[in-house]
Amino acid sequence: MFSPLANWRHFLARQNEDRVKIFGVAFLVALTSAVLVSVTSVTLKPLQEAHLEAERAARMAEMLDRLPGLRDVMADLGGDALDTRLVNLDTGEFATDVDPNAFDPAAAALDPETSVAIPSEVDVTRLGRRAKLAPVHLLERDGELLLIVLPVSGKGYQSTLRAMLALNADLVTVSALVITEQGETPGIGARVEDPAWLDLWPGKEIVDATGRIVISVVRGKATAPYEVDGISGATVTSNGVSNMLRYWLGGHGFGPFLQRLRTEGL
Amino acid sequence: MGANLDHLIKPLIANNPVTLQILGICSALAVTTSLSTALVMSAALTGVLVLSSATISVIRHHIPNVIRLIVQIVVIASLVVVIDELLQAFAFEISRKLSIFVGLIVTNCLVLGRAEAFAMRNPVWPSVLDGLGNGLGYSLVLIIVGTVRELFGTGALLGYTVLTPAAEGGWFEPFGLMQLAPSGFFVIALLIWAIRSLRVEQVDTPEFAMKRSEVTR
Repeated sequence: MFSPLANWRHFLARQNEDRVKIFGVAFLVALTSAVLVSVTSVTLKPLQEAHLEAERAARMAEMLDRLPGLRDVMADLGGDALDTRLVNLDTGEFATDVDPNAFDPAAAALDPETSVAIPSEVDVTRLGRRAKLAPVHLLERDGELLLIVLPVSGKGYQSTLRAMLALNADLVTVSALVITEQGETPGIGARVEDPAWLDLWPGKEIVDATGRIVISVVRGKATAPYEVDGISGATVTSNGVSNMLRYWLGGHGFGPFLQRLRTEGL
Repeated sequence: MGANLDHLIKPLIANNPVTLQILGICSALAVTTSLSTALVMSAALTGVLVLSSATISVIRHHIPNVIRLIVQIVVIASLVVVIDELLQAFAFEISRKLSIFVGLIVTNCLVLGRAEAFAMRNPVWPSVLDGLGNGLGYSLVLIIVGTVRELFGTGALLGYTVLTPAAEGGWFEPFGLMQLAPSGFFVIALLIWAIRSLRVEQVDTPEFAMKRSEVTR
């Protein structure tokens, strides 16, 4: 006669050092924990996703607010957000076969299928790999580009810096730079987020007349339109910002795409 | 009841896990740059400690001795994951600031220490009180350190300006070092020194007595 309750009592009554009991207890503890963790994770997933989405939107909105007059232009056009598209970084063409809203850059950069290794001679950011596709955010009126926002990232002193670089329609002058993520030393490298420092960026030139990338963060005071004052005491972080812009604007980053925009337009 | 209440009160100062046993120092340094992170971390650790003590105490008669540490870690780790997920869902901003440190509660010696030393041998109610007491003892230290570091490092408390910094027209010059990890050590060390000056019985006896050097002339 099979009785679950009696079997359970029989199981509990076994000696603790009995082999069946050891495996049984280990299995039951693992099973209970796994169920608990899975249920929590699955139930809370939608809430967490919503927070992440809201954070991304807030960062974007924050950047838009920094760009003078941009809100008015957008209001004229009847929209309150930029148009997000995916760019194939190798060809510089828009990739139309992937939904930009469903694209996860962080996951794509890790997956060997959707990413490429960065050759060491151009990998000044020490990122190692980058995704084949990258999202860009555009503002256009009647097919004419008004503003473009490029996501950039690179290693700083102790963390990966992520930023949004907004370029004016001439694709030469910086419209704004916003740091979206950093974990640098508080009070030192973390000053990379200081509005006062970020306010130095608008109007800076990224390329010279010959098309060479010249933008850089220099030690001390900037003397040319393509130089930005370094953050004192945070040389490594300053160089990190400099390197990340040079990589992402260069031939292995958004270079081909920007070149195509300059010659062909959208 | 008197003995039970002892489990709750003793770990607050007399047997404080951080200042006397020097457990859980790593997280105490990392999350005390501001009071808000210290408070949330305290709540998370206290929650994990109470729940893990209760769970382990309930099943203590059936945990085979050979796998007891594994069972304890599995129980603690799942509770930590659950708490971490809850924070990410309901206190997103703070969970961003705490980053990995909630997850690292798993490796906090304080939690495993109470499970192994107390919950394995005692009934549920005293274990819960012991967990709560130790959690509150840890919280007390974190809150003190967090208050000192945020107040003197930024002039604010919980984000509200208390001492107006010189940059904003006040007289207070923020003490930037307070925001860096070393001052976590300094503040905890000063706290330990203060407690041991008042409660001399907490001073460790040196394990090796120094021998007087014999200077030959």
